[in-house]
Amino acid sequence: MKPYLRDKVPTTLSEIPDHTAYEAGYLVTKNAGWRNIRPVINLEKCVGCLQCYLYCPDGVISKEENKVRLDYDFCKGCGICKKMCHFDAIQMEVEK
Amino acid sequence: MSLTGKTLNEEEFFYGHKACAGCGGSLAVRIALKVLGERAVAVLPAGCMSAVAFNFPQLCFGNNAMISTFAGTASMLTGVEAGLRAQGINDFQAVGFAGDGGTADIGIQALSGAIDRNDNILYICYDNEAYMNTGIQKSSLTPFGAKTTTTPAGENIRGNLRPKKNMFEITAAHGIAYAATASIGFLNDFMNKVEKASKIKGTKYIHVIAPCPTGWGTATDETIDFAKEIVDCGLWYLAEYENDEFILNYKPTEFTDVETYLRKQSRFAQLTDEDIQVVRESRDKKWERIQKNYKVK
Ligand SMILES: Cc1ncc(C[n+]2csc(CCOP(=O)(O)OP(=O)(O)O)c2C)c(N)n1
Ligand code: SF4
Ligand code: SF4
Ligand code: SF4
Ligand SMILES: [Mg+2]
Repeated sequence: MKPYLRDKVPTTLSEIPDHTAYEAGYLVTKNAGWRNIRPVINLEKCVGCLQCYLYCPDGVISKEENKVRLDYDFCKGCGICKKMCHFDAIQMEVEK
Repeated sequence: MSLTGKTLNEEEFFYGHKACAGCGGSLAVRIALKVLGERAVAVLPAGCMSAVAFNFPQLCFGNNAMISTFAGTASMLTGVEAGLRAQGINDFQAVGFAGDGGTADIGIQALSGAIDRNDNILYICYDNEAYMNTGIQKSSLTPFGAKTTTTPAGENIRGNLRPKKNMFEITAAHGIAYAATASIGFLNDFMNKVEKASKIKGTKYIHVIAPCPTGWGTATDETIDFAKEIVDCGLWYLAEYENDEFILNYKPTEFTDVETYLRKQSRFAQLTDEDIQVVRESRDKKWERIQKNYKVK
């Protein structure tokens, strides 16, 4: 199962477990704020080779209709995907 | 059929973690779990990969995963495997992800014991060549010449004086069921080794080089380039050990210059030409032994 963002952030004492086990894949914060630059995929140029998907350390690129899509909530802007793309389909743009 | 980006499980199991941008270790964990699938039970000792994944309530593993003591990755894996088996559960893979310090220093005894018992576990060491989570201290897998906070570069000493320990051959010397080296710069090779290991009964050890931009002093988008170059310049190699035999999986036709590899990383910035010659010579010696003792595929 892919970890995903939850609405509920456990905060009160009764919501915090008194043992060390908890639900898997429980996310309450995004990583988008870490980014200074963002990868932008040009789907016209993308040939769906999947190198960006494979090498993204954060796993935020997924397959979609023989091409790829990117989850900006969790992309950190490392730039690895751009380096892995041999089709010039990814550009890094400054975050505004 | 061999695994590629096209055939790999599309599900993500390591997501939303707080590793630095461009972290090589997190890519190794992510990819290994995609190969093993949701029945993987992961054990992570103290180190970057547990620190970035378990920050309650931000829990970044989609499969069962837990933190062990720093020294106890392999012993917790032994317990997980025996405990599930005792309950009649058989469709799982106990997998450990430990750093170089957690493996080659403090965790080596537990690992050695598990190999000796031939427990049915997969141990993956993600090697970023220092104790990164506590701020870059030398481990026995830090290479010669690297500057860390415990091997600083000064007037008389220029970084780490000791060579990198050979964990791959140490595990092989136990007569382990399967051992392999890998690099996150060669993911197809890594994925297929993880898959192969998951099908072998007994103890499996995979040692994967995973560059750390923060500790190596490199740009975040260069992680994969360094993971490739370390293999291309001969300072790391892709190999397997099985049935009493060492196999070299990949031989660069000609090594790229180690100097180019070293000079681009700030941890090696202080090295003199003589230091670099030392690195070159130790590489050549290592490869002489590989040519002699490894079957070249
Ligand atoms: C017994 C014990 N000693 C020391 C520590 C502190 N400590 C936590 S993580 C860490 C560094 C781990 O280095 P490594 O295994 O290489 O993993 P990395 O952080 O580089 O991923 C240390 C020293 C600890 N948690 N437990
Ligand atoms: S910039 Fe880094 S985190 Fe973002 S999609 Fe590319 S590889 Fe993944
Ligand atoms: S690497 Fe480039 S061409 Fe290949 S899937 Fe990614 S964006 Fe498309
Ligand atoms: S310090 Fe290095 S190993 Fe640790 S999370 Fe950052 S990049 Fe990864
Ligand atoms: Mg380390």
